[in-house]
Amino acid sequence: MSTTVVSRSERPPAPAGTGTRRLTERVFRIRESGIIVVLAVFVAVTASIQPRFLNITNIQFILVNTTVFALLALGETMVVISRNYDLSVGSVLGLSAYLSASLFGQHHGIPIVVVFLTGLGIGLACGMLNGIMVAAGRVPSLVVTLATLYIFRGIDILIVGGKEVVANSLPAAFLNIPKATVFGIPDLAIAIAVVIAIGAYYLRSFRSGRELYAMGSNPEAARLAGIAVGRRVFMAFTVSGAIAGVAGVLWAAQYGTIDSTAGTGYELQVISAVVVGGVAIFGGSGSAVGAALGALLLNTISSALYVLGISPFWDQAIWGFLLLLAIALDRFISVRLTAALRVRGARHE
Amino acid sequence: MKILAGVYQPDAGALLVDGREVTLHGPAMARAAGIAVIYQEPALFPDLTVAENMFIGRQPLSSGRRIDRRVMRTEAATIFGRLGVQLDPARIARGLSIADQQVVEIGKAISLEARVIVMDEPTAALSAAEVDRLFDVVRTLRAAGTAVLFISHRLEEVFALCQRVTVMRDGKQVLTRELAGLVAGDLVRAMVGRELAERPAEEHGTPGEPLLTVERLTREGVFTDISFTVRTGEIVALAGLVGSGRSEVARAIFGIDKYDAGTVTVRGSRLRRGSPTGAMAAGVGFVPEDRRQQGLVMDMSVQQNVALASLRRLRRAGLIRSAAERRLAADWAARLKIKYGRLKDPVSMLSGGNQQKVVLAKWLGRKPAVLIVDEPTRGIDVATKAEVHHLLIQLARDGVGVLMISSELPEVLRISDRILVMREGRLMAELAHADASEEEILSAATGQAPSQEPPEASEAPARGAGK
Repeated sequence: MSTTVVSRSERPPAPAGTGTRRLTERVFRIRESGIIVVLAVFVAVTASIQPRFLNITNIQFILVNTTVFALLALGETMVVISRNYDLSVGSVLGLSAYLSASLFGQHHGIPIVVVFLTGLGIGLACGMLNGIMVAAGRVPSLVVTLATLYIFRGIDILIVGGKEVVANSLPAAFLNIPKATVFGIPDLAIAIAVVIAIGAYYLRSFRSGRELYAMGSNPEAARLAGIAVGRRVFMAFTVSGAIAGVAGVLWAAQYGTIDSTAGTGYELQVISAVVVGGVAIFGGSGSAVGAALGALLLNTISSALYVLGISPFWDQAIWGFLLLLAIALDRFISVRLTAALRVRGARHE
Repeated sequence: MKILAGVYQPDAGALLVDGREVTLHGPAMARAAGIAVIYQEPALFPDLTVAENMFIGRQPLSSGRRIDRRVMRTEAATIFGRLGVQLDPARIARGLSIADQQVVEIGKAISLEARVIVMDEPTAALSAAEVDRLFDVVRTLRAAGTAVLFISHRLEEVFALCQRVTVMRDGKQVLTRELAGLVAGDLVRAMVGRELAERPAEEHGTPGEPLLTVERLTREGVFTDISFTVRTGEIVALAGLVGSGRSEVARAIFGIDKYDAGTVTVRGSRLRRGSPTGAMAAGVGFVPEDRRQQGLVMDMSVQQNVALASLRRLRRAGLIRSAAERRLAADWAARLKIKYGRLKDPVSMLSGGNQQKVVLAKWLGRKPAVLIVDEPTRGIDVATKAEVHHLLIQLARDGVGVLMISSELPEVLRISDRILVMREGRLMAELAHADASEEEILSAATGQAPSQEPPEASEAPARGAGK
């Protein structure tokens, strides 16, 4: 039997404690630094074959492209950590992108802030709808958001029809948002990095954030511990929806041309990024920073393959491979960690 | 108990805390009323740290409503210090032993300043040393003025730890008294409502033909050179400490696990290695240790579970006849006195004891020649336990050969004809009923002269009967 706890007349706990803690922390650090290592290897290999990969324009391109995904990944991380899934983010993005960008054509001179708020509002409404059905209706989130994936996309198609918003109907100030840079770093990337940092800090250091982890770690225990499970789930979906709404406006600014297919299939890409970034698919562990790094890695790979002139077919194959690798790695870490903690416990008897 | 935890609401009656009536609408209100419940298998958050598990939802905050991890860890360490236990608040809960998990729960209760702590079968999954430590912790709590409600099936623990006792049977309160002046027999009588089954002496020692013969059975690193015979009308107990390889032998006989050498013969014909289907065809039935995971399909109905091992007999043109299924189930439910709402109810709605009867019914429906039962009475109430004993004795009387694995020595001594004792994967002793005693079994099981520690530790805890 493994027993860390031994009766009174015992050695001080210090060596045991720090040892275990160091091990645990090391594993978590490894999980995120692992992505950075893979990223670095990928960049180095690509750059050695095609130096053009590392020029400033391409790096800016990758960073800007990542922003939308990294943002979506933040919302998705909150949902996945609580052992739920939000499959509707791509459709919310599409709906928000079209509706907000089309405002420029309908009301000339409308402030850009209002457009962003519109996107936020649309996302918020969609997220709340998901949240209510999951939290109050007690329907599994996989089913709810699969349904809303089609519903939101359907509404999008109904509104857009065959039309599209074209770049020259959008003000230059709006289209320039993704292009602005400070010391060569896109403003947008900095802003998103700050948002992700805030999100990560919230998940780490606030009660409601920790409760999301608790719910994902052991849903039944969370209920018994008196955590307002429904309210937290609702909150996570609302935030995820709101983020997808804002991401939709950014998407519109980035691409300029928006039809009813905007954001199709993004939900699975985002979940891939989250899982590659080390968030456990059944909740309970992972970080927002890891998820953002996962998004960056996947986007870098796409870009590298493009620069190297490799068929985009490989793009998807490599994403799939990385996903398997990430899941295998998580499984490996979890088994080894459990074993290590057991051994450490037993050794102290 | 779930009512005390605030999970369920009572239909009638009042709950008084400090003489004032309270209504508990949820776990949070129970907590606020100073009641903490520690479940048999604590439900911790495996991914969170020990300290966070204790303080979830009430983490100490610093400025800006941020969680102050340092204070949280210090407070947790202080509580463990008061309890006299050693546990690192900063490690994650994954990998903690059940005993340590309970300590975390107790620590949580203390941090909540709970004045009433309810413990549901806390010792069911603990080793003897861990039980001692738990008792020390409980005594510390009591000395500090905390009231402890200790729910247990183990009478010796009740006498060792408690001052007052309430006995419940079939959902009714049958006895509440000071323990001083009572003896174990008084409680047993109250729990069972009658005396326990004792096999009449003349029943022993008349075994018939060999039914199940196991010869030199070996599985590398698990058990070695196991040989024994079970005859018709005989109950053979397989005793030993947890981890001595008893369940593994049973699983190998039934064909769930493969073995490396040796033979298993039923009524003269050799069983194929690793084939439960073959074992079943030869007339072997197997009631596994963990009924929830291995013995039952929890979401299926009572009748479907009973019929599960007899489907071949119940089908016509490849389809299961549900009328026949119901007849079979109703018949066995009546014979085994299974208490159920409707036969179509999911088996998960039954109490532990009745679930165990369903597993037994499933095998008895096949009219087995040999029945292997692994810990048949673990986690079930005393009355049902007695019924299971009666049933096994009745089966033996009808000519079935029973191989019973049990960690409960009184049970082993009471109903078996012969007792095989295993230690570290080997058969150490074979004792006839007449000259077996707890001391003798223990010394064979531990490999030393009789000691104080009962071999009651258990690896996979079964949930107790519903209360």
